[in-house]
Amino acid sequence: MSIEIKNLTHIYGQGQPFEKIALENINFHIDKGEFIGIIGHTGSGKSTLIQMFNGLLKPTKGNILVDGIDINLDVENKKEARRKIGIVFQYPEYQLFEMTIYKDVAYGPTNLGLNEEEINSRVTSALTHMGMDESLWEKSPFELSGGQKRRVAIAGVIAMQPDILVLDEPTAGLDPKGREELFKQLKNMHKLLNMTIILVSHSMEDMARHTARLLVLSKGKLIYDDTPREVFKHITELEEIGLAPPQIKYIVKELRQRGFDISEDILTVEEAAYQIKRYLKGGK
Amino acid sequence: MIRDITIGQYYPIDSILHRLDPRTKIIAVFAYITSLFLINALYGYACVILALGIIIQLSKVPIQFILKGLKSIVFILIFTVSINILFSTGETVLWKFWIFNITVEGIILAFEMALRLILLIVGSSLLTLTTSPIQLTDGIEILLNPLAKIGVPAHEIAMMMSIALRFIPILLEETDKIMKAQTARGADFETGSIIQRAKAMVPIMVPLFVSAFRRADELAMAMEARCYRGGAGRTRMNSLKYQTRDKIAFVVIILFIAFCIWI
Repeated sequence: MSIEIKNLTHIYGQGQPFEKIALENINFHIDKGEFIGIIGHTGSGKSTLIQMFNGLLKPTKGNILVDGIDINLDVENKKEARRKIGIVFQYPEYQLFEMTIYKDVAYGPTNLGLNEEEINSRVTSALTHMGMDESLWEKSPFELSGGQKRRVAIAGVIAMQPDILVLDEPTAGLDPKGREELFKQLKNMHKLLNMTIILVSHSMEDMARHTARLLVLSKGKLIYDDTPREVFKHITELEEIGLAPPQIKYIVKELRQRGFDISEDILTVEEAAYQIKRYLKGGK
Repeated sequence: MIRDITIGQYYPIDSILHRLDPRTKIIAVFAYITSLFLINALYGYACVILALGIIIQLSKVPIQFILKGLKSIVFILIFTVSINILFSTGETVLWKFWIFNITVEGIILAFEMALRLILLIVGSSLLTLTTSPIQLTDGIEILLNPLAKIGVPAHEIAMMMSIALRFIPILLEETDKIMKAQTARGADFETGSIIQRAKAMVPIMVPLFVSAFRRADELAMAMEARCYRGGAGRTRMNSLKYQTRDKIAFVVIILFIAFCIWI
């Protein structure tokens, strides 16, 4: 299960006066089991890109190959891609519509034409993975708190058992506890089900902490494709395109300038704490 | 697909018609609609079409764009025409069957009705095409002001209209988003029987209604937080003033109406 993006270009309203190039000649490859982050300034083309993954938008030029098959060649390929790739859009809780949580999560699997038993097992597993207590399943989704609604909506996509899960700003508007929980659940699924996870986010801290590879988009172009450790070394370049590296990078930079002998590629607060402690102890 | 809806759309360019006072344009549209029902000779319609053609030229809005708005009334048009053709009574009967009878008079009447409807839609769509929603509601509010004395809530009506117009694009965008999200969950809106397709709309309509109520609630809260308390004592940033071009327009309108009564 892999995604291959080849020379992808997308232009909104081509030939009209308000024509806008959203993506320009993008190339990359995603392998099974990766945990990838996509970052970029507002309007850099992130949302356009993820809508390409399962054929919600058709590229102006270029191809998207899922397992080597071009998804835009015919309708069957597109349907297959939608089964394999689950997309959780921004604020997914606004898409809830059913009478009960259980029924809402079952909507996707039902559309796949599965039998009752299979639907039941998928819904149960998805809701359990998202940490929803069984006592809530027969409640209306509109009675839940914001964070719970979000998790139900994500469960609705997970229940389709995609091989690749794409999440657009899944933690926006959640409190710190909700964020941590969501990441824990995502990481769990990534490990247990060997699910490929693609994360779009504005939170550089979350990206640094959780992803293994980062794609950086700016004005429709892919400018970096590397590990977060490497990407966040480019502090000035990232600032120029309107992104701020994790705050800890600034502290490390400042400390290094003041003579602290700590490594430049520190990425998280924990790493920094460890190295500072070691330096202070060694310095005595 | 969903972005093809053009009813009530504003076409933002600059023309003499765009610069006219919204009140002038609203009055002109009423005069125009009245004229459509005043005339009954066929050459009268020719004059109206000519006048409309000149106005469309002045508005600089592409004619194709205006005619696109007619797509939405095709069904009503076909319905009225067939009813008129099949059920009108007249002297020269061409064909008779059960309760249906087709007469020459009926056909002429149907043709006239269709023409009237088309002219009605095209003419009034010019008002929204050349007037921004804010101007339009401002104009309506001021025109309704005299009625406020007999208890018509002029300001409230205008406010409701401007909010409704403001929400059209927002709700369209929201529909688009929800459709995409449900498509990603395997929903299918394009195939199946009419009943199946209507059922497939439920996952769109429910979230759409929920979000419309949520937005309305938030807007009400935001307005209250800024001490909104209706129209009494409110002044406006741009107050409307009639210009020379409006006076000329009024002369033209009066002449046009007089002409329609005369023929």
